[in-house]
Amino acid sequence: MSTIQPTQARHIPDRLDRPLRSALLGWEALLVAVAVAIFIINSFASPYFLDVWSLSDLTFNFTEKALIALAMALLIIAGEIDLSVAAIIALASTLMGMAVQFGFSTPALVGIGICVGLACGVFNGLLVTRLGLPSIVVTISTMSLFRGIAFIILGDQAYKGYPASFAFFGQGYVWWVVSFELALFLAAAVVYYVLLHRTNFGRYVFAIGNNPVAAQFSGVRVDRIKLVLFCLTGLMSGIAAVLITSRLGSTRPSIAQGYELEVITMVVLGGVSILGGSGSIAGVVLAALIMGLVTFGLGLLNVPGIVMSIFVGLLLILVIALPLVWRRFMRKAA
Amino acid sequence: MDAKAKSIRTDEGAAVSQPLLTLSGIAKSFPGVRALRDVSLSLYPGQVTALIGENGAGKSTLVKILTGIYQPDAGDISVAGTSVSLPSAHAAFEHGITAIHQETVLFDELSVAENIFLGHAPRTRFGTIDWKTMRAQAREVLETLGAGHIDADARLKDLGIANKHLVAVGRAMSIDAQIVIMDEPTAALSAKEIEELFLLIEFLKNEGKAVLFISHKFDEIYRIADRYTVFRDGEMVGEGLIPGTSQGDLVKLMVGRSVDQIFPKHKAEIGPTVLEVSDLSHPTEFDGIGFELRRGEILGFYGLVGAGRSEVMQAVAGITRTSRGTIALDGNVISVRSTADAVERGIVYVPEERGKQGVVIGLPIFQNVSLPSLKRTSGSGFLRLANEFALAREYTERLDLRASSLSQDVGTLSGGNQQKVVIAKWLATAPRVIILDEPTKGIDIGSKAAVHGFMAELVAEGLSVIMVSSELPEILGMSDRVVVMREGRIAAVYDNNGLNAETLVRAAAGIAE
Amino acid sequence: MNRLIRNREIWLAGAIALLIGLISTRFGAFASPGNLATIFNDTSILMILALGQMVVILTRSIDLSMASNLAFTGMVVAMLNAAFPAIPVPVLMLVAAGVGLLLGAVNGLLVWKLDIPSIVVTLGTLTIYRGATFVISGGAWVNADRMSPTFIGLQRMQFIGVPLLSWFAIVGIALFFLMLTRTALGRSFYAIGVNPTAAVYAGINVGRTKFLAFCISGLVAGICGYLWVSRYVIASVEIANGYELNIIAACVIGGISIAGGIGSVGGTVLGALFLGIISTALPVINVSPFWQMAISGSAIILAVVLNARGERRQGRIILKKAEAA
Repeated sequence: MSTIQPTQARHIPDRLDRPLRSALLGWEALLVAVAVAIFIINSFASPYFLDVWSLSDLTFNFTEKALIALAMALLIIAGEIDLSVAAIIALASTLMGMAVQFGFSTPALVGIGICVGLACGVFNGLLVTRLGLPSIVVTISTMSLFRGIAFIILGDQAYKGYPASFAFFGQGYVWWVVSFELALFLAAAVVYYVLLHRTNFGRYVFAIGNNPVAAQFSGVRVDRIKLVLFCLTGLMSGIAAVLITSRLGSTRPSIAQGYELEVITMVVLGGVSILGGSGSIAGVVLAALIMGLVTFGLGLLNVPGIVMSIFVGLLLILVIALPLVWRRFMRKAA
Repeated sequence: MDAKAKSIRTDEGAAVSQPLLTLSGIAKSFPGVRALRDVSLSLYPGQVTALIGENGAGKSTLVKILTGIYQPDAGDISVAGTSVSLPSAHAAFEHGITAIHQETVLFDELSVAENIFLGHAPRTRFGTIDWKTMRAQAREVLETLGAGHIDADARLKDLGIANKHLVAVGRAMSIDAQIVIMDEPTAALSAKEIEELFLLIEFLKNEGKAVLFISHKFDEIYRIADRYTVFRDGEMVGEGLIPGTSQGDLVKLMVGRSVDQIFPKHKAEIGPTVLEVSDLSHPTEFDGIGFELRRGEILGFYGLVGAGRSEVMQAVAGITRTSRGTIALDGNVISVRSTADAVERGIVYVPEERGKQGVVIGLPIFQNVSLPSLKRTSGSGFLRLANEFALAREYTERLDLRASSLSQDVGTLSGGNQQKVVIAKWLATAPRVIILDEPTKGIDIGSKAAVHGFMAELVAEGLSVIMVSSELPEILGMSDRVVVMREGRIAAVYDNNGLNAETLVRAAAGIAE
Repeated sequence: MNRLIRNREIWLAGAIALLIGLISTRFGAFASPGNLATIFNDTSILMILALGQMVVILTRSIDLSMASNLAFTGMVVAMLNAAFPAIPVPVLMLVAAGVGLLLGAVNGLLVWKLDIPSIVVTLGTLTIYRGATFVISGGAWVNADRMSPTFIGLQRMQFIGVPLLSWFAIVGIALFFLMLTRTALGRSFYAIGVNPTAAVYAGINVGRTKFLAFCISGLVAGICGYLWVSRYVIASVEIANGYELNIIAACVIGGISIAGGIGSVGGTVLGALFLGIISTALPVINVSPFWQMAISGSAIILAVVLNARGERRQGRIILKKAEAA
């Protein structure tokens, strides 16, 4: 089908002036509006909400998942997915707990958590890139495998007795109300922003997500980049495992159950296309904040966690469905 | 395949009856585009009508209206004199209209019988699908087509493309289609397969079907069509009988001007050998491939579809691995283990499938152009947009790209302009050797001329070009030398000095002189 | 190729036979007909669920919400039974089927009318349906002493020496087989999975067909909601939590291509049985049941790797090429 080609002089401008309106109607703008609205509702709904320590507590609701969401966003933009992230947390946490029994020190525990995450990412990545398997199937199976290993090791037991210094990562503060988790998340967000939007690597990720064949034909090392993305997701899951284990101070094999769905919801809510090819880190950070605000706000109102998850699910469907319905409605009106 | 040769007679001068299908005043718009305006078309029983027009003239929109996929905004469709509406694909099918597309209409994983009968399978008295009757009827249909050798239980994906066409025609027969639309059916076929397809079309003519034949290739149109209808910019600009109409007339109708020169004369200085390939082999695709390419040369690669030309080129460009053989650039053997390696050495491959392998739809024009050159435009891994824009501007403007801005999504461009973006992308890498795989396949005459003119410019600047093409006029018009491949091996190499088409066809088909 | 597909099922059947054989070398009773019938009965629910999931996967979609749907419908019928013991169980089963169908239809409508990828839709409804289970129950359990004897006993009743639960599976397998091989709807599930574009030209409404696939998976999940609750004699928010992955695992092990269009009822049933046998065998051979998860994970990886080997696109094989023409 043809499109209208404006005939014009040979000079092609870099970009047309973007009308302010289109920026205001962008996804991130919508997310900011939603976040502000929820913030206001929360502050009316509960007198305890507008307190720096409340707001600081709020961040613990999303930082661990959001750390993984940053890497997951890149992976989904590249057209792949990792459903095993929560299982990686379980395995990493279990092995850390095991190391405690052998008297490992805090730095070693952190190292073990991160390395286990990375190793799981490598395993997923190799299965996807070397054997050409669909990532959704691979990670559904490794999701059972990784958590399954945690169950084999722990059964219905729990590991406790983490060293006191280990508690810092999930419970400590670096400055006033800024927790270590929050500081780490903000730093990671900046790193991932630069990586995705300001480097060649990020450009390759977008190219692969839109057309992996054309990207490969253009000299992009598609498999290598996908492998790196799986490693990053594994790495972030390992880091999240350290934070959660430190915050809870104990490990059960059912730790972080269902996190993968929340992470993916965050990414999709952040405007990343589940089909790959588009998205932004700013969107994901905003989406993480929104989910934190919603769950925290509902928590202040004593709404149980499982009911909160209804809101999360509705949020996921609505943010995707509403723009579609709206567009269709506008077209009919026109 | 031995289609029923005996039942085929030529239909020239058959009595013209009433049209079986008449379209009048058809209009269709999409947001921002008027695809069809006041279009009319008549198809006659027992006749082949060629629908001719440049890309974007509205042919595919018309096909979609006829098959019930799109609804026209205005106009009338009459089948056998009765006005009908086609609100769905099913309605089109009930009115006896069916389309045979390039390769995309059938179901690879399903059986031949099911491909023929999907949607109108014979039922048992319980309303369930009667497989036994279906198989028997499928065999019957194939038998009438002279295709009794096709197993009705075979899975479609195990069939060759010619046999797939037979199945598609079988499907048309089974729904008792009176109107058969063939949308560029020859695009992926070899010369032999095209001949077989033409026998099938003759068969349909003899059965009294009205055939709408869409093709870019004039020799095919003159070979098979009785009438023509020409579209330009969404309007019907002429129709008539093929006999008595010259190719020049049709081209003029199509483009609204006369095209003088599709193949520009190029006189480039042929220099020393740049690329030397020797004994390149692959376990299953090709064997013992050796050739050399000189500076300023256009080396044509001719052969039937499936002769292994693309496979060889993809190996040279690092996409597929080889089992044996060497590639040397300027006399030094190089190792090409990935496309990235090839691009670094200055060997680039412009693939045949523009949409699938060429452009990255979803990314803006400038990012498409800079994709393989990012290492040069960036600073230690960090993007530098200004460099990217400069690079993209330099090459797209040189190719006279028509776009409103470099930040426009490449998917919003027409096919010809997308091809320009792909070529710009590769030129921007400053290559030594550029391999063009079917560079003008499926693009309109105007864009073709531009691509050919551009190839001439490239070699004049000292690049070397390998052009894989299945179009004889293009091979003969552009190449300095021609390599002919057959069944994965090099069959012959010719200097293009008074070379004629027949020699090439014989070499490609393995027929002795 | 057709033969290869059959081969894959034979392979799987062979693997299952080998597994049973190996176990029975040490525990002879394992392979006894009675024990095998028990395994079949234990796996019935998984088989039925996997068949519903298979239809959805055939259409290039996925239904992650089946287990939540099951929990919700299970809770609905259990609460109805507790509150109104007079309602006959067959009526409750119709209610379960209806509620399940409705929840499936919601998924299907979102996929059909709004074109949202099914993985996103069902990821959302997965949490919504389970959350809704909590809302209607207030987090409370419905356990054995609040259920009527027929509610619990019906699926344990025997017919020709076989429990009704197994009959559900047998009838389900037969119906799915009939539907997928003998009806136009069944064939269109395959058609839109193999080639959606071509399906449109063949007069199939792709969106509506997907909608119907989700209705089927929802219906099946609803019926299994009753079966689950009456079998395990408990309805709670937590039942079948995470079970959607077992369902998908059964499909994948059974050779259903996640890319759509390829798969058979036989494969799916074998895939479910494979998982059923492993979970039954572990305690028998004295392995902690905690091994089950890791084993089924490994089994899926293995199955996918083997399937990928079979489906791997060969090149054109030009050199030996003699195109059948």
